[in-house]
Amino acid sequence: MLDALWLVPTLPLAGFLLLSLTAGKLPERAVPWIGAGSVGTAALLAAIIGIAFWNQPPESQFFRQTLWIWMQVDGFQPPVALYLDALSLIMAFVVTGVGFLIHMYSAGYMAGDPGYSRFFAYMNLFVFAMLVLVLADNLVLLYLGWEGVGLCSYLLIGFWYEKPENGFAARKAFVVTRVGDTAMAIGLFLLFTQLGTLDIQSAMQRAAAQWSAGSPLATAAAFLLLGGAVGKSAQLPLQTWLPDAMAGPTPVSALIHAATMVTAGVYLIARTHVLFGLAPEAQWLVAVVGAITLLMSGLTALTQTDIKRVLAYSTISQIGYMFLALGVGAWSAAIFHLMTHAFFKALLFLAAGAVILSLHHEQNIFNMGGLWRRLPIAFWTFLIGAAALVALPLTSGYYSKHDILLAAYGAGPSGSWLWAAGVVGAFLTAVYTSRLILIVFFGPARAHHAVEEKLSLSMTVPLIVLAVLAVIGGLLEMPLQPVLPVSREHESGLLIGLITSLAPFAGIVVAILFYGTKRFSLEAMLRNSAGFSLYRFLLNGFCMDWLYDKVLVQPYLRLAASNKQDVVDKPYQAIVWISRSVHRLLTPTQSGKLRWYAASIAFGAAVVIAIGMFT
Amino acid sequence: MTLFWLITVLFVGGLLAWLAERWQAAAPRWVALAALALAAGLAILLLSGADAMTAWPASPAGGAWLSELEWPWIPRFGISFHLALDGISLLLIALTVFLGFMAVACSWTEITQRSGFFHFNLLWTLAGVLGVFLAMDLFLFFFFWEVMLIPMYFLISIWGHEKRAYAAMKFFLFTQISGLLMLLSILALAFIHRQSTGVYTFDYFTLLGSRLDPGTADWLMLGFLAAFLVKLPSVPFHTWLPDAHTQAPTGGSVILAGILLKTGAYGLIRFVVPLFPDAAHRFTPVAMTLGVLSILYGAKLAFAQSDLKRLIAYSSVSHMGFVLLGVFAWNALALQGAVMTMLAHGVSSAALFMVAGALQERLHTREMGRLGGLWPKIPRIAVVALFFFIATLGMPGLGNFIGEFLVLLGAFKVSVAMTSLAALGLIAAPIYALIAIQRTFYGSARATRPIADFGVREMAMMAFMIAAMVWMGIYPQSMLEVASPAVEKLNRTAAVGAMLP
Repeated sequence: MLDALWLVPTLPLAGFLLLSLTAGKLPERAVPWIGAGSVGTAALLAAIIGIAFWNQPPESQFFRQTLWIWMQVDGFQPPVALYLDALSLIMAFVVTGVGFLIHMYSAGYMAGDPGYSRFFAYMNLFVFAMLVLVLADNLVLLYLGWEGVGLCSYLLIGFWYEKPENGFAARKAFVVTRVGDTAMAIGLFLLFTQLGTLDIQSAMQRAAAQWSAGSPLATAAAFLLLGGAVGKSAQLPLQTWLPDAMAGPTPVSALIHAATMVTAGVYLIARTHVLFGLAPEAQWLVAVVGAITLLMSGLTALTQTDIKRVLAYSTISQIGYMFLALGVGAWSAAIFHLMTHAFFKALLFLAAGAVILSLHHEQNIFNMGGLWRRLPIAFWTFLIGAAALVALPLTSGYYSKHDILLAAYGAGPSGSWLWAAGVVGAFLTAVYTSRLILIVFFGPARAHHAVEEKLSLSMTVPLIVLAVLAVIGGLLEMPLQPVLPVSREHESGLLIGLITSLAPFAGIVVAILFYGTKRFSLEAMLRNSAGFSLYRFLLNGFCMDWLYDKVLVQPYLRLAASNKQDVVDKPYQAIVWISRSVHRLLTPTQSGKLRWYAASIAFGAAVVIAIGMFT
Repeated sequence: MTLFWLITVLFVGGLLAWLAERWQAAAPRWVALAALALAAGLAILLLSGADAMTAWPASPAGGAWLSELEWPWIPRFGISFHLALDGISLLLIALTVFLGFMAVACSWTEITQRSGFFHFNLLWTLAGVLGVFLAMDLFLFFFFWEVMLIPMYFLISIWGHEKRAYAAMKFFLFTQISGLLMLLSILALAFIHRQSTGVYTFDYFTLLGSRLDPGTADWLMLGFLAAFLVKLPSVPFHTWLPDAHTQAPTGGSVILAGILLKTGAYGLIRFVVPLFPDAAHRFTPVAMTLGVLSILYGAKLAFAQSDLKRLIAYSSVSHMGFVLLGVFAWNALALQGAVMTMLAHGVSSAALFMVAGALQERLHTREMGRLGGLWPKIPRIAVVALFFFIATLGMPGLGNFIGEFLVLLGAFKVSVAMTSLAALGLIAAPIYALIAIQRTFYGSARATRPIADFGVREMAMMAFMIAAMVWMGIYPQSMLEVASPAVEKLNRTAAVGAMLP
């Protein structure tokens, strides 16, 4: 059964090819059957393979399938080969399973769009690339998937291409992540030059044999891979692209910018955890990046007015938790949170999509309000997703976040700081999530349009399935022991556990005081100038876009504009100009007048004689 | 003999195409297609024999040579009609013939004036290029070098766009002056060889082992370099290229970008490093710097352009910088990468020029400021353009990625700093490629009148190009294998790729 592994990525690829070669000529009814059907079949196949894998695990705990030799030059021989172990299996489940639900939802959400077929083609290509990423047996093939998902992200963010701002957001996403990807590529060059292979398993073995902990080469390689991870996973300092990426259709945000692609960085670090284990400084930086990112984006999320941007910042923040977990060596907890986050964040986006669709593409939360009675399915599913996001007890998010925070607390001397950051983050998460719910679903109705919930079955079913997963996802078993080292168990004490569990409730209370009972008023705080500046600062995501614009974008634009004509051409043009001028100067001497010629001959002769006489 | 016929078919085909115009206006292109089909047949013959003759013992320089032909030409000066083929030349010949078809096909409706003479020039340029890729006598090489230049000059100056006379003259002067420097070097090399051995020869294999004192070697190498760096082109000798590309007719641009630039890279690989290994080694830091400069400067200028063809032209400068970097890193990885980049860039840039040509034919402008919003009107052209711009920015799974990745991987062993700088090109490439897509196809539609999308002929061409691109991306091994014996042979001939300080 495992031999059918190659079919899992091939099915969505076939869907992409079929949809793109028919170029939108298929009847609209047929498109989702191909688009969602291919991913659904892949999910089913992945499940069958998964059951086979767990019932009778191979002795080596992995299964490798080599399809063909990609290239072979002088010891560099990456094959096109798939690698299945517990980690890649879980990732494949998430990608195909959640992917299928979102495809199904899209069949309703995107109905009637002129680019219906193009949408499903891009989405299928994305699922294919993402599966290659998680199933790749070597880093070059992983890089193929890595760039492939980036491409699909670009195509889908800019899916509605008529609006220039969508195109801008798409390009920004691609270029900013390319910065990280380039660091990662250099990391691959370094690994290959030093270890002589880019096969992930043998590279990790050789690294462990060749490098001692803390060796500069291991550290450099880990830093470079981290560069790739922060780009793709929208962590500091490359997180700026993700909020703008919300320009894409909402199912895209759910699939690519919440559930799967943005967690690729987490997968990469978990996959190469041996290398990060050899580079304690790099691993510590992973934790710090995670902690700072989760706080910054949590604060930013407090001020956003666009429902999708709130969720985007929340995604950045939750991935920050995963980075925090990776950084403290809680590998399984990171992957666990990756999975539960895929469930509840996809759910939140899809529920938000239901709201947006019902309000005729209104995304400003201050134009919503009082929707809980009118949009019951959207409200209840959103509420469940929010509970998991906030990590209320008994939801999936509670288990995974709790694991991370306790692991952070036990991680060495700086552990309590990391834990504290995580707890503050959990508090902030509760505040911004409750704020969102209170503004959108409660309070006075502010919508100008007639609001009615018109969700087709294909949209309702994924919402309900994901809601169930968001609740019970925490009970799923994660048999990751053969792949990832087990993190040390820590005794953290009752008090720490209690604070960790209660932080979200504090956040909810604060949000209710501000937005529910209006005991406190934000307007009052914004009236003084310091408060307002802070608000502006947070609203603009710590002004990092502004900074990059001033430091990188504008100089490049100016440099490009100032040298459009290519200054290198000037010397050549100067040669042309000189020869023309000399030509113009000498032309009059050929006047055809005999006395001029005679005079010049006489003059020339005189000069020659003079030279002869005086030297 | 196959090698001789390969070139001759195109020369004769060119003459026939010229004559055929008297008979019927549409005849020349059919004649051209027939000549190319014959050449393709011969190329396939060589390709199918490639594996069988890998270990061909009779060749002058060992196992890498697949086919050879030597006839005396001017025996007094040791000049012979000497052709030989190894894996690298075979791949480049395949590319040349393939893009030859594309050049004829994309000129199908564009060229209405003097189509006989047009196809004559087209085929003669191609014949000259094939000669360049095969000649193993330096004098013969120079002869073919000139043969491909002059018809190209006519292609630009007669069928080009608004500033064609200026562009053609600039192209001619740059190439000609640098070519003369190469001729001086060739002559000097032959004279020096005669002084030490007493015989005149221009034979590549005989001259390979010439002992030269370092000063002389440096100067002689610079003569060759001049010709090849201009042709490649490398910064700061690239300024002829944007003008020539922009002004050339589509078929001319296809040949210019797809094939002619590769003769410069081929010259570096075949002549500069093997003939002057020590001098090349001394020059390596400069050459790699020029490569990095070309990558970054080309990408930056590409982004600044508002003329679609100029943008593509500058992107060529950027891509050929990778080739320069790879050649001078001179190890198997980097050389294979350089060869793959040549092939992949040949296809991708040619395809992009075909798209730009198609847009100009329909909308009579190349200014991106006057385009925009074309996606819904001409979806096929848009998708093809998107595909090739994505290829050009180095998307894995397509050809350009393989080449650039191998170049960087090989160069990293030689210089970490240079490679890291060159890798910045990976960031600069999407900046220009995606803005081109944005400004041409995205946004809201401007033009109200209907525009013809790609027809059957154009889609057929593009299907071939896309298939080639994907093939190179997912199974490059098929090409690496062909080039591999030649690359290893070269690598052994001149081991210059030592670690830089």
